[in-house]
Amino acid sequence: MYDNFTGTESYIASPELQEAVNVALALQRPLLIKGEPGTGKTLLARAVAEQLKRPMHTWHVKSTSKAIEGLYVYDAVQRLQDSRFGDRDVRDIRNYIRFGALGRAFLADEPSVVLIDEVDKADLEFPNDLLHELDQMSFTVTETGDVHTAKIRPLVIITSNNEKELPDAFLRRCIFHFIAFPEPTLMARIVKVHHPKVRGVLLDEALARFYWLRSLPELRKRPSTSELVDWLGALVRGGLDEASLAERIPFLGTLLKKEQDLEAVARRGRGWTKH
Amino acid sequence: MSTGEPLFLDFFFLLRRIGVPASTREWLMFVEALERGLVAASLDRFYAIARATLVKHERYYDLFDQAFSHYFLGTRPPAELTRAIEAWLEDPLPLPTLSPEELAALEHLDLDALMKRFEDTLREQDERHDGGSKWIGTGGRSPFGHSGVHPTGMRVGGESRSRSAVQVAAQRRFVDYRDDLVLDTRQVGIALRKLRRLGRVEEATELDLEGTIEATARNCGDIEVALRPPRENQLKVLLLMDVGGSMDPFALTVSRLFSAAHAAQHFREFHAYYFHNCVYERVYDNARFSSGKDTLELLRWLGPDTRLVVVGDAHMAPWELTARGGAIDYHHQNDDPGVVWLQRLRRHFKQSVWLNPMPQRFWTHPTIALVSQQFSMFELTLAGLEQAISSLRQSA
Repeated sequence: MYDNFTGTESYIASPELQEAVNVALALQRPLLIKGEPGTGKTLLARAVAEQLKRPMHTWHVKSTSKAIEGLYVYDAVQRLQDSRFGDRDVRDIRNYIRFGALGRAFLADEPSVVLIDEVDKADLEFPNDLLHELDQMSFTVTETGDVHTAKIRPLVIITSNNEKELPDAFLRRCIFHFIAFPEPTLMARIVKVHHPKVRGVLLDEALARFYWLRSLPELRKRPSTSELVDWLGALVRGGLDEASLAERIPFLGTLLKKEQDLEAVARRGRGWTKH
Repeated sequence: MSTGEPLFLDFFFLLRRIGVPASTREWLMFVEALERGLVAASLDRFYAIARATLVKHERYYDLFDQAFSHYFLGTRPPAELTRAIEAWLEDPLPLPTLSPEELAALEHLDLDALMKRFEDTLREQDERHDGGSKWIGTGGRSPFGHSGVHPTGMRVGGESRSRSAVQVAAQRRFVDYRDDLVLDTRQVGIALRKLRRLGRVEEATELDLEGTIEATARNCGDIEVALRPPRENQLKVLLLMDVGGSMDPFALTVSRLFSAAHAAQHFREFHAYYFHNCVYERVYDNARFSSGKDTLELLRWLGPDTRLVVVGDAHMAPWELTARGGAIDYHHQNDDPGVVWLQRLRRHFKQSVWLNPMPQRFWTHPTIALVSQQFSMFELTLAGLEQAISSLRQSA
C-alpha cells in the first residue's frame, strides 16, 4: 500500500530511522535528519531513492543560498546577452527560467526524492522561506505568474549538521530523526559492508583504537565513520594485522586531519592500553 | 479515529508537562499516522513514530524516553517530576526582615573559617531546617543554605536573593539558556548585526545583477558586468557568560542576548562558553557546568583577532578575584587568582568588551571597579550594547 524503506545492502538503517522515513513517505511530510558529520545523513537520501527506485534531485545548500534557488532561477544575464544577437526568443521570459531541484521534482510526472543537503549552512530565514512551498508543494514564478503545483508529492529529505538552530515553525512541519553516532556493534556491521574480508580480530582492535580516539576531549575534529572506513582500507591494503596496532596507530593521518590533533595523540602515548 | 476517542491525549500532556515542546500541529500529525494504521500493533513502531512526529530536537530524546517508559511501561516518573533533594530546599520561607543592628550583629567570617564551619555543620546536620540561625536550610540567618540573609553567606542550591552567597556547594540545576530559546530576540539581533560590517571583504567578486543591468543599459546594450563584495563575514566572536548566583535575575536578558547571538549569521565563527562569577582555568559548554574546555586551550585555539565579549555582573566576593582558591564553587580550587585569568584574556584578545547587566550606578562595588580596570565595561541594555559594538568596531 505504501512505499516501504528498510535500508539497503550498503546502507544499514536503524529501525527508528526506517520508521521515520516511512512516516515521512506516508504523511508526505519533509524528513529532517540531524547528526554528527559522517553518520550517513546524505547517503540516506541516495539509499531511499535506490530502494524505492525513484530519481533523486539534490540541492547542496551554501551560506549564500537563497530559498528561491531551489525552485527556479531567472537568468537575466543570459537574456541580456541573447538580446544582442537574437539567438533565442528573448520576448518569452520562460526561456530563461531554470528550475532548481525542488522545482524539477514538483514538475516531474513520477515520484522522486529531493535532498536538501546541509540546510543549516544558509541564512537563518532560509528554512522559513520554504515553509509554504514544502507545505503546499507548490510555488509561483513571480516573473511570469505561473503557478506550479506538484503532481506527485516528492519525498523531501533535509539534512542539518546542527551548526545553527532551525526555526520552530519549520521544525513543526517536519518529521524528525537524529542519527546517533553508531555503537561499536552497529559500526562493525557498517564497516563490514565496505570491507567484507576484514578479519574479526583486526576489526575489534581497530574499533577499540577508533573509539578511544573519539573519547579524547582535546581533539578538535573527532574521526567519523568515513574516516574509519578509509583507515581500515589502508590497514588492509598495507597488509597490516592486529599485532601492528599494539604499539602505535599506523596511518593515523587517515583518521585525524588536523596537525594539532596528531600532536595531541602523540602526547597521549599509548593511552588505549589502559583498560 | 474510528471510535472518535482522542487516543493517548494524556501522553501528549505528559510530554508537555515535563518540557517536551510538542505542539498541537505535531500531535495531529502523530494522530494521522495512527489513523493510517502505520503503527500496527507494535510498541516499537509506536515509539519510533511518536518520537519522529512529536520530538524535534535530540536534546528532548531523553525526556521523551522517560515519559514513554513511565506511561507505557510503568517505570518511575521522570526525574524532572521528582527532584527529591531539591524539593528539600525548594519553596523557601520568606526572608526574615532584620534590623540593621541585627545584621551588624551577625558575625563576618573569612573564607577559611566559613569553609570549615560549612563542613562541620554539614557533618552534624541530618535533616531539613528552615528559619534557624545555624543549620543549612532556607530562609534563615545561618551563613549556609539559601534565600537567607547573612553578610558573607555560603549558598547551597536554590535561587539567590540577597547578593552575597560565597560558595555554591550544592549540585546546580541551572536552565541551559540555549535550550530556552524565546522569541523577542530581534532587537538584540539587529544590534549585533552592526558588528557585521567589521568583516566586510572589500574585494568585489560577486555578480551584482541589478548593477549589471543598469550598467549594460547605460552602455547601449553592450554587456557591462558589475561586481560587488560578497556578503561573507570574517568576524570571529567569543562570548563568555556568567550564569547563576547574582546573575539569576538577569537570566532572561542574557538568554535573549545569547539566542540572538547564536541565531545570528553575522559571524564566521561564533563560540560561547559559560563561567560562574569569574573565569578560571575552565569554561563550560552549558549552564550546568557539566562539560567544558580549558581556558588556556581556548586561548591557543582562538587567535588574538577574535572579538571577546564577556557578559557578567562582576559582582562577587573580593577573594574570588584576588585569592588563590577563592572560586565560588566549593569543589573548585583555583591556583591563580581570578584577576590573573581576566588579565590573560584581556591581553590575548586585541579587542574585548565586558557587558554588565547591573545598572552603571552600582559599578562602584569593589569587584566591579576592579574588573572594569581590565575591560571596557558597558551596560547590558540595547544602548550599552550599541556602544560596546561601536567600541569593538573603532579599534578594528
